[in-house]
Amino acid sequence: MKLNGAQILVNSLHREGVDHIFGYPGGAVLHIYDALDSQDDIMHILVRHEQGAAHAADGYARASGKPGVVLVTSGPGITNAVTGIATAYMDSIPMVVISGQVPSPLIGNDAFQEVDAVGITRSCVKHNFLIKDINKISSTIKKAFHIATTGRPGPVLIDIPKDITIAQVDEPTYADTIDMRSYQPVVKGDSGQISKAVDLIIGAKQPIIYAGGGCVIGNAHQELREFTRQLNFPITQTLMGLGAYPANDELFLGMLGMHGTYEANMAMHDSDCVIALGARFDDRITANIDKFCPTAKIIHIDIDPSSIGKNVAVDVAIVGEVKMVLQDLISALKDKKTADISTWWSLIAKWRSVDSLAYKTKEGVIKPQTVIETLYEITKGKAIVTSDVGQHQMWAAQYYHFDEPRRWINSGGLGTMGFGLPAAMGAKLAFPDMDVACVTGEGSIQMMTQELSTMLQYNTPVKIINLNNGYLGMVRQWQEFFYEKRYAMSYMEALPDFVKLSESYGHIGIKVEKEDDLKPAIIEAFKQKDRTVFLDILTDPSENVFPMIPSGAGHNEMLLAGRDKMASTNDEGLNLV
Amino acid sequence: MRHIISVLLENEAGALSRVAGLFSARGFNIESLTVAATNDETLSRMTIVSVGNDGIIEQIVKQLDKLIDVVKVTDLTATEHIERELLLVKVDVDQNTQADIDKQIDEFSAKIVDVSEDTYVIELAGKSRKINEFLDSLDASKILEVSRTGVTGVCQRRES
Repeated sequence: MKLNGAQILVNSLHREGVDHIFGYPGGAVLHIYDALDSQDDIMHILVRHEQGAAHAADGYARASGKPGVVLVTSGPGITNAVTGIATAYMDSIPMVVISGQVPSPLIGNDAFQEVDAVGITRSCVKHNFLIKDINKISSTIKKAFHIATTGRPGPVLIDIPKDITIAQVDEPTYADTIDMRSYQPVVKGDSGQISKAVDLIIGAKQPIIYAGGGCVIGNAHQELREFTRQLNFPITQTLMGLGAYPANDELFLGMLGMHGTYEANMAMHDSDCVIALGARFDDRITANIDKFCPTAKIIHIDIDPSSIGKNVAVDVAIVGEVKMVLQDLISALKDKKTADISTWWSLIAKWRSVDSLAYKTKEGVIKPQTVIETLYEITKGKAIVTSDVGQHQMWAAQYYHFDEPRRWINSGGLGTMGFGLPAAMGAKLAFPDMDVACVTGEGSIQMMTQELSTMLQYNTPVKIINLNNGYLGMVRQWQEFFYEKRYAMSYMEALPDFVKLSESYGHIGIKVEKEDDLKPAIIEAFKQKDRTVFLDILTDPSENVFPMIPSGAGHNEMLLAGRDKMASTNDEGLNLV
Repeated sequence: MRHIISVLLENEAGALSRVAGLFSARGFNIESLTVAATNDETLSRMTIVSVGNDGIIEQIVKQLDKLIDVVKVTDLTATEHIERELLLVKVDVDQNTQADIDKQIDEFSAKIVDVSEDTYVIELAGKSRKINEFLDSLDASKILEVSRTGVTGVCQRRES
């Protein structure tokens, strides 16, 4: 049977198990849309902006573990998607993006809606392809999914010129497997390195496990739990790792880094053995690199060799899937006796008693932390929570105690405002029976409000928790601390009436101005199972995120709420972001 | 320290820009870069000369290895290796200077590959240092044009 390129493309996607595509049509992809129209296996979600498509596919991928798929047209279609692709790239999210391209003979002629998609995306994809031959469509799709989902996952772009999608071929063939000589990710860790790690682990007197997003993306949460409990070691997690290890467990010290807990950061600073699992020593984690873990031997386990030794020199490097390496470590440690760490635990208990996440409530003002705590209480900690970027993101991470992986979905690496709402939609499509909340702020949400329309069309009921303090809060916080309270452009005037806005999109809007109304409003929102509810919650505009490690400081130089009124930094710190 | 990094990569469109883009995006330095197909026409060989401390060179090697099109990365500097560069230089020649130039050509075993009424085009292959020395030996005011290929190299062991 004769098939055209567009049909082969759609068939190939189906063969990869794709059930949702997030996209937006346009001239260069019309043949592909035509092919999508005549099948029922794949559901297409028509977003309102291509950035929303990429974020929604990303949220779908983070929640489900399956690759997110995006389809956009040439020119502005793909340039609009770039922020979403870069967001997925920074957090190692499996994603396949298909972009239309002008017909092959026009490439390079500055044709209508032409951009060099492969060139523009090169630095924010794991790999990209330009298909020049109809006979390479199916194998390229196969390769793209293989690359996106194996090793350290990431987005892969396929740019396909319009003429290739209408060209025809008799009896197309589809590859079932793929073998690439230039791409063979390491799976198992080196046994010699593993025994070196074991030696360090059993001798450690002040150990700490530092687990990152790799434990979530690499589905290593079971092994992580077994490993941690086997050793009875304290564990901290990065923003991206939250949920891999249960937040309510006794061994968990909370998140580490710039807004991490006192006990997590102090334990990192004083540790003699740091076990880094699927984490990359990002600047938000290490703070001042010269002051980072001054006395620790460091074991680093990561799938990506280039992450090892990039920011911090390590003592034992193990390249491999964190899940596999942990399995090996668990069996290697089975009959081993570890050092007595009871003194270490008593020191940690002292740090814990500081209660660094405590905050003062104020009569007549809704504290943002209270909102997250109430959300946690009402959802019993079982919701999928997405967030945008800023103060609200940190409060969600600190006060919603994630006990399971893939429940906390946020843009950690790129820090993309606008991510939360489309990501929530994607997560809801992956898990229609789960409660999904999007914690956001009045700044972030306005970057993607148009997706409220998509959410009505596809009935993806999400609860939007808008922490509305009238400020770009994180910017305001830095200006308060480091710019002598000169609040340049961080105050938003002329905010829309979010209740009316959500109502105009066919959703429910509720404004919450008093603390007494907070809990009933959240209860009401989650009662509305089939409706998207926008809770516009007016929160304390002066609240800051604590603890905080100011730029240039070390882990043991945190500022604590109510104890350190004013942060300061030095010239070197001001140069850091 | 100066390192010569040899990269075997799929002979695909865009492979060169992936490597060049990597160097600029991560702020790595490139002193020279040469690329051409190998005896296997599906593979290209790229030779990059870069300068950096051990940590930077390690990152360069790892980041290159991470590129999907890259089959193999070797730091030639870490092994016994042969390195060569080709120079083509056009110089002004007149009766007063000819003897001196001929002498230098002879001394460096360079070759005159083109002669016009008042110019030579001279070819010299060798290590970069030798080429630098040859150029230094010429009267700078007589050099009209210099074109160098950049370094290419090969590991001396049977298996690289």
